[in-house]
Amino acid sequence: MGNILEIIGAVLVLLGSVFLFLGALGLVRMPDLYNRIQAGTKASTLGTFLTLFGLLLIIPEWWGKLVLLMTFILITNPVSSHVLARAAHYIKIPLTDKTVADLLNKEETTYKVNEEIKNE
Amino acid sequence: MKIKNIAAIFLILLSIWILLNSQFQIEVMIIGVILSFVISIIMGSRITVFNELKFSFGSVFYTIWYLFVFLAELVKSNLDVARRVLTPSLPINPGIIKTKTVLKSKMGRMILANSITLTPGTLTVDIEDDILYIHCIDVCCEDIDKATAAIVDKFEKILVKIYG
Repeated sequence: MGNILEIIGAVLVLLGSVFLFLGALGLVRMPDLYNRIQAGTKASTLGTFLTLFGLLLIIPEWWGKLVLLMTFILITNPVSSHVLARAAHYIKIPLTDKTVADLLNKEETTYKVNEEIKNE
Repeated sequence: MKIKNIAAIFLILLSIWILLNSQFQIEVMIIGVILSFVISIIMGSRITVFNELKFSFGSVFYTIWYLFVFLAELVKSNLDVARRVLTPSLPINPGIIKTKTVLKSKMGRMILANSITLTPGTLTVDIEDDILYIHCIDVCCEDIDKATAAIVDKFEKILVKIYG
């Protein structure tokens, strides 16, 4: 019984590493910062999830800490990528030439941030 | 209002304690209960994030349902991004578009924005009141109503039931 769980766990860890690899490949291939963040966030979340879940099947005594790790990754990963994208847009890092629309008004928001800094 | 706040902090701290120890001996549990109780009493009036939480059977059920919907979307988004990365011609069509949300509570909006970040080809760049600016890897439509229907609605209709 334990043997079967171990094999399933190993397969899940392998699958997780495949997703992490695809995320890394996305970081290299994507043309600009925003698309790179997209590839990085999603792949690293699911990749880490699968790896930790596979570990949970191999070593069941660690379940508490592994569940805690998954929860923290689920909460913090999107927040960090959102803040990176927001900061990048504020300091006007250009979007790629393939971009079809940019409805976030740069002048207006940059002005607002400067006002906020002045007020503090 | 304050008791609900303290109870939420207490439950979160206690569950983190139990998960970290992963054993159910009576001494460990007593120390955990005392510590979480003291910390939640001290911090109860300062942490206001949980003010909007509702404790009811419905909200617990929809939270679990939301988790399943979310995990399915996460897997779908990964397969989508993986397909785009592996295609030699790199089929992307990126852009930043606007969408609208009907959610009023801060907590609900936060969960919505984070879920959008983790789902198929979308990334929340900024929020101004009820307008969400979303970077899409493949722009479907620049019209605000159509984009809302495509990206926001599937999460929003569950979150409305939890946070109102």
